[in-house]
Amino acid sequence: MRITQGTFAYLPDLTDEQITAQVRYCLNHDWPLSVEFTDDPHPRNFLWEMWELPMFDMADPSAILYEINRCREAHPDHYIRLNAYDRTLGRQTTALSFIVNRPKEEPGFRLDRQEGADRQVRYALHSYATDRPEGERYRS
Amino acid sequence: MSTDGRRRFGMTGNPQPGTDAAVGGATPPGAVEPRWADDAEVDMGAHLAEARIAEVLDALSRDLVALEPVKTRIHEIASLLVIDRLRHGFGLDSERPSLHMCFTGSPGTGKTTVAMRMAEILNRLGYLAKGHLVTVTRDDLVGQYIGHTAPKTREVLKRAMGGLLFIDEAYYLYKQENERDYGAESIEILLQVMENQRSDIVVVLAGYKDRMDVFFESNPGMQSRIAHHIDFPDYSLDELMLIAERMLARQHYNLSDDAVVAFRQLLTKRMTMPRFANARSVRNALERCRLRQADRLVAVGGTVGRDDLMRIEAADVRRSRHLSGFSGGAA
Amino acid sequence: MTVLDEIGQADAPPEDRWASGVIPYKKMGYWEPDYEPKPTDILCAFRITPQPGVDPEEAAAAVAGESSTATWTVVWTDRLTAHEHYQAKAYRCDPVPGTPGQYIALIAYDLDLFEEGSIANLTSSIIGNVFGFKAIKALRLEDMRIPAHYVKTFQGPPHGIVMEREYLNKYGRPLLGATTKPKLGLSARNYGRVVYEALRGGLDFTKDDENINSQPFMRWRDRYLASMEAVNRAQAVTGEIKGHYLNVTAGDMESMYERADFAKQLGSVIVMMDLTIGYTAMTSMSKWARRNGVLLHLHRAGHGTYTRQKTHGVSFRVIAKWCRLLGVDHIHAGTVVGKLEGDPNMIRGYYDTLRQPFTAANPANGIYFDQDWVAMPGVMPVASGGIHAGQMHQLIDYLGEDCVLQFGGGTIGHPMGIAAGATANRVALEVMVQARNEGRDYVKEGPEILRGAARWSPELRAALDVWGEISFNYESTDTPDVESTPTPA
Repeated sequence: MRITQGTFAYLPDLTDEQITAQVRYCLNHDWPLSVEFTDDPHPRNFLWEMWELPMFDMADPSAILYEINRCREAHPDHYIRLNAYDRTLGRQTTALSFIVNRPKEEPGFRLDRQEGADRQVRYALHSYATDRPEGERYRS
Repeated sequence: MSTDGRRRFGMTGNPQPGTDAAVGGATPPGAVEPRWADDAEVDMGAHLAEARIAEVLDALSRDLVALEPVKTRIHEIASLLVIDRLRHGFGLDSERPSLHMCFTGSPGTGKTTVAMRMAEILNRLGYLAKGHLVTVTRDDLVGQYIGHTAPKTREVLKRAMGGLLFIDEAYYLYKQENERDYGAESIEILLQVMENQRSDIVVVLAGYKDRMDVFFESNPGMQSRIAHHIDFPDYSLDELMLIAERMLARQHYNLSDDAVVAFRQLLTKRMTMPRFANARSVRNALERCRLRQADRLVAVGGTVGRDDLMRIEAADVRRSRHLSGFSGGAA
Repeated sequence: MTVLDEIGQADAPPEDRWASGVIPYKKMGYWEPDYEPKPTDILCAFRITPQPGVDPEEAAAAVAGESSTATWTVVWTDRLTAHEHYQAKAYRCDPVPGTPGQYIALIAYDLDLFEEGSIANLTSSIIGNVFGFKAIKALRLEDMRIPAHYVKTFQGPPHGIVMEREYLNKYGRPLLGATTKPKLGLSARNYGRVVYEALRGGLDFTKDDENINSQPFMRWRDRYLASMEAVNRAQAVTGEIKGHYLNVTAGDMESMYERADFAKQLGSVIVMMDLTIGYTAMTSMSKWARRNGVLLHLHRAGHGTYTRQKTHGVSFRVIAKWCRLLGVDHIHAGTVVGKLEGDPNMIRGYYDTLRQPFTAANPANGIYFDQDWVAMPGVMPVASGGIHAGQMHQLIDYLGEDCVLQFGGGTIGHPMGIAAGATANRVALEVMVQARNEGRDYVKEGPEILRGAARWSPELRAALDVWGEISFNYESTDTPDVESTPTPA
């Protein structure tokens, strides 16, 4: 399957040129960017691992692409995403966030149901990948 | 790895959803599609005017006194890039020229000024997306403990991307006598980026010629990545006097005839002393003259006119320790 | 004979203010042209159409009086109060350019007139009495300035735009929703099927319609169970957080709490309620929503009865303000290009009122007063009604990024099925956001951008084939005084 998290999830994977264009949009708005990666794709997992620190005061998108490519090289089989942050008053949150790298195979999720009284069901999402320990989940 | 150094992992180049907006500023213009037909003839003057580098080259001529060989070299490089751009316009794609440089010479000979103008030229010709200048020395690149250097160097490089990185006294990066020196790590990262990110950043190393030669001998990898070596000769006495006059004129001062003679003597003496920094030393000497002029005027009292305030007398110059025989630090 | 018929008679000298009988409102202190509104005052802008022969300033004073302390004749008991403090003051009355017989009056109310944190009291006070006044042919509350001191007594949105996005983990684009169709008649199981298909296809939310509460063809409990099964299945299939607005509207408050608690127990991220339950019930639900960490969606059911006509009623921008104060996370606020009423500038005014931390006065958008929301979070406006993927560029241009776009018919009516309809909308949205970020003139090139995406997305191609040409083009009934903009195609 293909998890559809992130702003451009329903488009074909963005090429580096397209990523550069989005980065330029963020730099024009003065939003710092950061790279994060994970191998736990559960939708409630918002704490992906930080790749180095968020990048402030960058003049050119090439600096960001440099870090994205270094992260891809280090973790080719992880999900990697790019976040842009807006610190203006009234917002102070993420402005844009999209996936820039995926593992080749995404096994997806199992829906666990726990039947309770009066027809209620407790649901839990279980990601097949997390059956294996961290670091070995998407070994190709 | 593609020629422009961008690695692509796991991402297929799928058809782009209806966008063909021009993206990225570091590719020389016209690289995507030939701009002109095979039999077109392009007016060089118009093409140059389009690039707007004439004003930068003029500014360079104005800013720098003498340094003819340097100016010539810069013109040559600019011409090379203009022609390269033209060739791209005709679809004659060749590999992007290497632009990393090495500026050798004593301090105060204009290396940083030229670097700044170079960055502007490269930006206007489309070789650098932003064309800003980041100036660093060893301490900005190398850390004090394990694991400190790599992020420090990378941070500097990222800030400089899209522009020009000027590393002053670059030979200090490599301390041969100290095995545990972290400079080597920084050099390794620099080499990697200078090779793989050629389209995103231009690196200029600077320093004394003899020490740079030693540095390159121990780091052949670095030498092979430098395309242009430019030497900045020391200024002659006459050239230094010219610089002094220009500096004074800009500040609305002038030297009396006697003061000119005295200042020549001062400079002659200073040039023989250690750590002479050319234009910088001249500026420092002039600052001291200003100080003494002010002191003299206040002590003498009475009335002063506009000319009095502008003129620097020989006495102001001669009270310098270099001429009066006192020993002292660098001017 | 009414009070105002006697205006022609001799003015009562000031010292006879307390003589029994009837004197003009203007003489009772309700008309104060030199009054300087205090920062703590609540200010209202009324559009007044006095009956023929009625002096406009007297009409404005009458509105001020009848919405605060006056009655139709002098009463001695007024003298037991600090009446100058409590009476509302009409301080301006300007004719509306180009519309003879219509005036905009500005009236100031002291903060002490109102109970803290109570929209019910605010509305009873200001619009509770005066609209039936015979001397006024038509009356409309155009705008209201709430001072910071009063804003702070309200809870505000239970979560707000920022928190909602962080909760759902969705940034950088509008959210997508759809109302299940047909509006009525489906049984629970089939209802769940519609929800599942729409969510798995790519929408973020699906929605109960406003009149789906608990009817003989489907009771609420069954609907909730079926919908949550669908939501969870869709989450598993896509890996994203999904939600279905479970409508907890009921006949009484206790039933509403029961339904809301059940929705929360089932793990729903969001519930919804209708405007028809009233301000007090909405405020209670808002507090429940914050206590229980569930998003709260408001459907503005019935508002059109009093918001639509330019001359009489309450403008929706005031309703929007009240709803932001009492606290909802979503509110329907107009689409501009859809099937329901909405002039683009007016709708811009509503969206600004709902979203901005400080809304500046702007006559072109119908906003009469600066409104400082003193850090109260924004409400996500919802655009719903007759919109489809082919209008995506216009929607993003008019409405911006922080909104929910709901394509009910536009999803469920898709020729390839509901999931395909959802995918078509999601693809259209993302490709348009991408193009906007890249710096393209997406408003002009919108159709071209969509066609470009349709080349690799069969779902979008089918949607454009079916609906590409549909538009709703009627003249708006409510337009700004400053300049009129026809609703675009």
